[in-house]
Amino acid sequence: MSTAAFWALAVLAVASGIMVFRFDSMARATFSLLTALLCVGGELIVLGLDYLGVVTVLMMTIEMAIMAVFMIMFMMNPAGLMPMTMLHNRRGAALICAGSFTSLVVGILLVPWPRRVGRAPADPTMDLGMSLMGPQMLTMMTLGMALFATIVATVVLATRRGRYDRYGDDLRAARPDDPVRGGVGR
Amino acid sequence: MAEPAPPWAALVLPLALALVATALATADARSTGPGREVLRLLVQQRRITRAADVPLVRLATTLLPVAAVLAAAVLPLGFRPVSDLPDGIVWFNAMEALAWAAVWLAGWGPNSTLSLIGGYRFLAQGLAYELPHMLAITTAALGAQSLRVGAVADAQAGLWFAVWMPAAFGIYLLSALAMAFWGPFDQPVGRDTAGGAAAELSGVDRLVFLGGRRLLLVVAAAFSVPLFLGGGHGPLLPGWAWTLIKTAAVLGLLLWVRRRVPTVRTERYMELSWVVLTPLAVAQALVVAVVVLKK
Repeated sequence: MSTAAFWALAVLAVASGIMVFRFDSMARATFSLLTALLCVGGELIVLGLDYLGVVTVLMMTIEMAIMAVFMIMFMMNPAGLMPMTMLHNRRGAALICAGSFTSLVVGILLVPWPRRVGRAPADPTMDLGMSLMGPQMLTMMTLGMALFATIVATVVLATRRGRYDRYGDDLRAARPDDPVRGGVGR
Repeated sequence: MAEPAPPWAALVLPLALALVATALATADARSTGPGREVLRLLVQQRRITRAADVPLVRLATTLLPVAAVLAAAVLPLGFRPVSDLPDGIVWFNAMEALAWAAVWLAGWGPNSTLSLIGGYRFLAQGLAYELPHMLAITTAALGAQSLRVGAVADAQAGLWFAVWMPAAFGIYLLSALAMAFWGPFDQPVGRDTAGGAAAELSGVDRLVFLGGRRLLLVVAAAFSVPLFLGGGHGPLLPGWAWTLIKTAAVLGLLLWVRRRVPTVRTERYMELSWVVLTPLAVAQALVVAVVVLKK
């Protein structure tokens, strides 16, 4: 039963992953990618990692919605109604894909996999939490801050209007000059 | 204490939710209920806009009620949910996030400006409510030290979480309204955009989408009972009766808010949410964490 579920989800994940590059519409590509990632979440649940699977479903869904926000903010055609393509740099991409696929397969076949030691814990979620918040705390904090700084830096670089546009050259304007209503400090 | 319900409960669950949603719609309209409108939509011919992405529209409209019913799988009636997942709270959150994606898709799919505006508004509204909402439900899980919904309800056998986490409870109720884009948060389907995300939906599509929205509202309101109002715990009456009474009370409160408060503009709520509600939710979580550690 779980083997069948594993393979069904795997095939669906790969198929919708391929469809991301076949669709010519931004929304279809986004939701095809979401389907693939939801299948990955399902795979984790099938493998007995309930918490990681459900969190993957949650995070990927929100991520795709946030991606739609960024599409609205930064794309030339914010409605996304024009046909578009997800394919760029075809030859380079094909080389990179073939290379990474080959090295992964070679790695899987050649590595002497260790035998399982001990038994699965009764509550894997608890153990994961203890590991993340204990020995790996520094790694996770660094990772989180680095990702957050990247997001902020990307938005700052991509946005057209800065504080001099909003508050004037001497930054002394009482209220910011914004094209849309809302925002802090009105 | 929570024990899973028999398998047939999974079949009864959507019907029970639909029943509550119908009762709510009846109370809302102060009339004989939505039966006539449902029949009208069932026989109405579906309109299709030019160059619409029909599969995406169908996916979006069906995803909304499906996500609501899947989220309800961890809802205990009394002490018996259809499935008491070990991480039920995360499951609930994941399913309501699917509804978020569904509304945007419903706005995008018909290739129409007004519905697109509605979909975009809901994305912004989602950004506004999701962060404090997640912090609020995390606070309840923190208070019970468990992600299992049954354990959260059992932790409130004495004192309800709503009493000593009032900020988290208030934020949860606000986000329940915003999640179902209902009452003061109905701008994504607002009249100023001729119905917003639902503008181009007609016939069965419209019925499924708007019905799914009602289901989502009922599920979101009902989930506040095990999270903050003690679940099935209460004197004299059995657990299921207390669950129903408390859910009805929460729905009544939300209905009252809808009658009293006018529509809030998305950007205004966004500002309130990020500047006031998010820090408030973090502070509430901090207080609860300290209390739990001191115990």
